Amino acid sequence: MELNAHIPDGPIQQKWEKHKFDSKLVNPANKRKYRIIMVGSGLAGGAGAASLAELGYNVDCFCYQDSPRRAHSIAAQGGINAAKNYRNDGDSVFRLFYDTVKGGDFRAREANVYRLAEVSNNIIDQSVANGVPFAREYGGLLDNRSFGGAQVSRTFYARGQTGQQLLIGAYQALERQVGLGTVKMYNRHEMLELIMVDGIAKGIVTRDMVTGAIESHIADAVILSTGGYGNVFYLSTNAMGCNGTAVWRAYKKGAAFGNPCFTQIHPTCIPVTGDHQSKLTLMSESLRNDGRVWVPKKKEDCKRVPSEIKEDDRDYYLERKYPSFGNLAPRDISSRAAKQVCDEGRGVGETGLGVYLDFSDAIRRLGKNKIEEKYGNLFEMYERITDENPYETPMRIYPAVHYTMGGLWVDYNLMSTIPGLFVAGEANFSDHGANRLGASALMQGLADGYFVLPATVSNYLAGLKPGVRPAADHPAVVETETAVKTRVEKLLSIKGSKSPTHFHRELGKIMWEYCGMARNEAGLKKALELIPKLREEFWKDVRVVGENESLNQSLEMAARVADFLELGELMCLDALERRESCGGHFREEFQTEDGEALRDDENFCHTAVWEYKGEGQNPVRHIESLTFEYVHLATRSYK
Amino acid sequence: MSHKSMNLTLHVWRQKNAKCDGKFVEYKADGVSPDMSFLEMLDVVNEGLIAKGEEPVEFDHDCREGICGTCSMVINGRPHGPKERTTTCQLHMRSFKDGDSITLEPWRAEAFPVVRDLVVDRSAFDRIIAVGGFITAPAGSPQDSNSLPISKENADLSMDAASCIGCGACVAACPNASAMLFVSAKISHLGLLPQGQPERYLRVRDMIAQMDAEAFGTCTNHGECETACPKGIKMENIARMNRDFIKASLTFRHATIGGGGA
Repeated sequence: MELNAHIPDGPIQQKWEKHKFDSKLVNPANKRKYRIIMVGSGLAGGAGAASLAELGYNVDCFCYQDSPRRAHSIAAQGGINAAKNYRNDGDSVFRLFYDTVKGGDFRAREANVYRLAEVSNNIIDQSVANGVPFAREYGGLLDNRSFGGAQVSRTFYARGQTGQQLLIGAYQALERQVGLGTVKMYNRHEMLELIMVDGIAKGIVTRDMVTGAIESHIADAVILSTGGYGNVFYLSTNAMGCNGTAVWRAYKKGAAFGNPCFTQIHPTCIPVTGDHQSKLTLMSESLRNDGRVWVPKKKEDCKRVPSEIKEDDRDYYLERKYPSFGNLAPRDISSRAAKQVCDEGRGVGETGLGVYLDFSDAIRRLGKNKIEEKYGNLFEMYERITDENPYETPMRIYPAVHYTMGGLWVDYNLMSTIPGLFVAGEANFSDHGANRLGASALMQGLADGYFVLPATVSNYLAGLKPGVRPAADHPAVVETETAVKTRVEKLLSIKGSKSPTHFHRELGKIMWEYCGMARNEAGLKKALELIPKLREEFWKDVRVVGENESLNQSLEMAARVADFLELGELMCLDALERRESCGGHFREEFQTEDGEALRDDENFCHTAVWEYKGEGQNPVRHIESLTFEYVHLATRSYK
Repeated sequence: MSHKSMNLTLHVWRQKNAKCDGKFVEYKADGVSPDMSFLEMLDVVNEGLIAKGEEPVEFDHDCREGICGTCSMVINGRPHGPKERTTTCQLHMRSFKDGDSITLEPWRAEAFPVVRDLVVDRSAFDRIIAVGGFITAPAGSPQDSNSLPISKENADLSMDAASCIGCGACVAACPNASAMLFVSAKISHLGLLPQGQPERYLRVRDMIAQMDAEAFGTCTNHGECETACPKGIKMENIARMNRDFIKASLTFRHATIGGGGA
């Protein structure tokens, strides 16, 4: 497999400008002759579909939800980074670039990250123009707050609902195009396969989740903006419907997978309470601006009421271990630190898997009103779930699966190894390396959607003859559609004894145990034995009730779990082969004396790029070497 | 935190699709923990149904953290159930007690046809947004955000209205199945911002016309919508919308026809 990242020449500050100028354009009269498929309607998909339609292309946009406004980008709470330097605190495009490369533990591509930082300011302006009501100060100017992994205040926010507001901004732009007839929206449609004609992506097969109709859609280019695959762990902060099917189907058609093992475990989530639990809820990282993280110094204090534990008996372990970043240490580091103190037996709450996030100092300093204004909705959410009032007693938090840095490999144009197949947002692997900094997911989704795709997809389409697409009865189309129908029938015909959720939960346990916050060779090898067994059992014993020709959520779930059962294996394989620790990937064999991640730049300063080789064959691991010309490789320190 | 488990009786609306008639079916939910969310309780009931080879109860849900607006069911006659400012997914079983009977129905409104069981079609909301619930600002190079100061008060009021999650509880709660709380929230969100001014009056006319076309009823000031809204959207938005609508109606002119350039 040939991997060419197509990084433009020239100094990093000029690459994107130069690339846009060198890109081919499509004349306005021809644009309407092209059809683009967008799968997903979150920040990358919604903004991308709207922006491409604004240019004059026809866009078919698909989402599994009942409305594009419900994509899981909506749940992002804390904020979005941009290098505006409105605070006069020394921020710049270069510093945002630097922080992101360093935050990603030097496993991201410099050119992509620079572009992300470069367009970050445009994103804020574009969102404001679309009506996003960001927080303002009394003078009417935009407010900022701080986020992990940065020493400047560059995070823009709309209360604790920044993702919601940015998504609604993009959704409104998308609906405007729907009204104008340039976007056709397919709600409650799930992509089940990619259509390839002569090695090029030309369409998708979908299932109408209401009628069960399995249909082919043909286009000149296909874009996947389908989010991450964190739900492979069963319990995560992702929405229940988030799944890896679109990217996995594309992988099996030849799109290489980049760094599948890079998973972000978010440090501040509400702890698990019992077996019935269906998902985990995030408490925004922004809370660490004012909340202090601690556990008791002594094990015997763990079951006591927190207010009874004296100041001297508390271990503010983030402030102790990382004095310069303190409670705003990056996510991977904070999560591991929480795991360490719980492993030492100093965790709090009934399960002992929890640490305190305490606002009492901030409430004393700023007053309850100010805290309420900043985080009111988060405090309310916490109280709903736990029945405890965080204004009076510290929150209890624990790390949970939140985001996947890994994803389909893409070049600088966001095109995968399949020509004509683009991948944007969390679904691709590109910008966050081995650890994503807070408030950077929203930035990347909108950067890809509003600014990168319109330029790079146009450049691709300019090389295609306008208005020439495969016919609906092309053998490749018919064959793909038939394969999907057969698979759906197969799932319905097994009529075994266990529900799809049962298998999903079992897979999640394996993944969390062996491929979670800490990984080791023996564990990963064990997982690589357990997962294929579970998969085999699934295909023999899954029970999907009902029929295809109706809304059938267990059928939807079964198809997604079937793909997770394969994707999980690739993640473990990737984690096994990456014999170093970096960012969110922590291999217990590779750590410093004080328990920090020990990178191996000599052997692993690369992206692992996996190529599918067919059923029953081992996938092949390729590498894309990473070079760091502007941010020099260094041990990441937040001390 | 209480550990006492509860036994409940559910009366659930089952309906195969919009064309078939529906009916209530009784299910037992035993051993329910008070720490479960309402939807997790339903998950357990559904797992039990699947084990018996029966079709599970279909209900809409996604983020399960109260922000996506997908979950939608009427619980004991109240959209999203008994707890104020709480979506169904954020409702916990500690709000119920052992031995309770719970009735579950879909949103009921002509404009929201039933898809199956507790799932309804809310695409009418999308169509209302598509005719005017936006600011025309194609992606490009807009002006710097700080060149357009917005008073904190207006930014906050706009944000209050923009908090709407589009769940449709307001419609389900209204005796007239009116969508005016939803529509007015968008009118306020955009109309309170300077960016939203150029299209302000066009927006209100177009959105209200579409709202009427979708068979939503009209507002007669019952206030049920505000009570049911899980995000605390206020009826003052309806007043703001009515003011804009009157002004728009009195001063409306058809757009003059433009000509080509030189």
